[in-house]
Amino acid sequence: MRFELMYESFFKIIQGIPLTLEVVFLSTVCGLFLAVGVALMRVSENKFLSNPAYYFIYVIRGTPLLLQLFFIYYGLAQFIFIRESFLWFFLEDPLFCGVLTLTLSTAAYSAEIIRGGMQSIAPGLIEAASSMGMSKMQRLRKIILPITIRQALPAYGNELILMVKATSLISIVTLMEITGIARTIISKTYAPVEIFIVAGSIYLLINFLITRLIKFAENKLNHGTIY
Amino acid sequence: MMELITFGDTGWGDELLLSMVMTILVSTSSLAFGLLIGTIFASFKLSNSYVLKTIAEFYTTIVRGVPELLVIYLLFFGGSGAVMYMAKIFGHMGYIELSPFTIGTIAVGAISGAYSTEVIRGAILAVPKGQFEAARTLGMKKYAMSFNVIFPQVARLALPGIGNVWQVTLKDTALISVTGLVEIMRQSKIAAGSTHEPFLFYSIAIILYLFITSISYQFFNRAENKFSKGFVREGN
Repeated sequence: MRFELMYESFFKIIQGIPLTLEVVFLSTVCGLFLAVGVALMRVSENKFLSNPAYYFIYVIRGTPLLLQLFFIYYGLAQFIFIRESFLWFFLEDPLFCGVLTLTLSTAAYSAEIIRGGMQSIAPGLIEAASSMGMSKMQRLRKIILPITIRQALPAYGNELILMVKATSLISIVTLMEITGIARTIISKTYAPVEIFIVAGSIYLLINFLITRLIKFAENKLNHGTIY
Repeated sequence: MMELITFGDTGWGDELLLSMVMTILVSTSSLAFGLLIGTIFASFKLSNSYVLKTIAEFYTTIVRGVPELLVIYLLFFGGSGAVMYMAKIFGHMGYIELSPFTIGTIAVGAISGAYSTEVIRGAILAVPKGQFEAARTLGMKKYAMSFNVIFPQVARLALPGIGNVWQVTLKDTALISVTGLVEIMRQSKIAAGSTHEPFLFYSIAIILYLFITSISYQFFNRAENKFSKGFVREGN
C-alpha cells in the first residue's frame, strides 16, 4: 500500500468533485421535471400521449447508458445539417451531451417510479377531491403530487445514487470528473487498488450524504402520517 | 448505406452478430458468477456470525455505492497483478495475463453479485418458517434441507428479482468495452470509426440491445409462470 501516493492523489481527485456534483445536480433537476411530464403522459388515457411515453421509457431502460451517450455525442454529430444548425453549439460540447444523456436516462427511470407512486393513491381520495369540486389541475397539485412524492421518495433516493454512479461515464467523453482523474492517475502510477480506495471512498461519502438527506426528507414528509 | 450491414467481407453484419453473441455470453457468465457470489454472501448475511455479516455488508455497500466503471478499472488494471500475487504464494513465478473476457466476467459478476445478494437474501427470508421447521422435524440434515426444500423455493421467489438483475447486468457489460472486449458496444464503435457512420451503427447497437432485453424479458416471464404453477398470484 503506497500511502503517500494515496495522500497525493486524494488532493487531485477531489478536484473532480465539483464537476461530478454539477452534472448530478443539473441532470436530476432537469430530469425530474421531464419525468413528471413523462409519467403524466404514461398514465394518460390518450394513446397519442401514453404511447410515446411508453416507447421512450422502453428504449432508455433497454439500452446501456454508455451507448446512449455515444449515440448523442458521436451519432448525431454525423449529420451536416446538425453541425450547421444552432444545435451544434450545444452538441459539440461533451458536458452538454453528458448532462443531456443523464437527464433523459433519469427521466425515464424516475417516470416509472413516479407512475408507481401515482398508482398507489387510493381511488377514494381522488373521488373525494372531485366530489368537493376540485378541478383536474387542483387535484393534481393538492392531492396527487404531494402523495406521490411521499410514496416515491425511497425509490427516488436509489435513483439519485444510481445517478451519482452514472456520472462516471462522462469521463469516457474526456470530462475529468472523479473517475476520469482516478483513471488518469491509475494509468500513470499503476496503483489501481490505492486509487480505487481513494476515489471509491469519495463516492461512498457522497452517496451516504444523499441517503441521509432522503431519510431526513422522508421523516419530514411523513410527519403526522398514520400508517 | 445498406451494404455496410450486409454479411461478408464488405459489410459489418456478421461482425455485429458475433458481437451480440459475445454480449450474451459475457452477460450470462457474469450473471452466473454473480449468482454464485450472491448465494454465498446472502448466506453470510443470514448467518449468526458477526464477522461474516460484516464482510457481506461491507461488500454490498461498496459495490453498490461505487461506480461500475471504477470497479472495472480496478480489475482491469489490478486483476492480473492480484492473480500473479496469489500464484506467487503457490510457487508459480512468471507473468499471467487475464483475458478481457475473464476480467469482464469477474468485474460485472462482482457488481451483479451485490444486487443478487439482496435478491437471494430477500427470497430466503420469504420462505415460510414452517418449511424449515417441517424439514427439521422430518430429520433432514442441514444440506438435505437446503437443497431439497429451501433452494427450490428460493429459486421461485428470487426469479423476478433475478430478472431485474439480468437486465442491469446486460447493460453493465457495455462498460467492459473499455477493456477491449469486442461486444456490441465495442464493435459498433469500431464500425462507426472506420466507416464514419456513427449514427447508423449506434442505432443498430440500440436495436440489438433492445432485442436482447425484450427476448429475455419474455423468457423470464415464461419462467416465472412455469415456476409459479400451482401458486395463487395476487392481483392476477
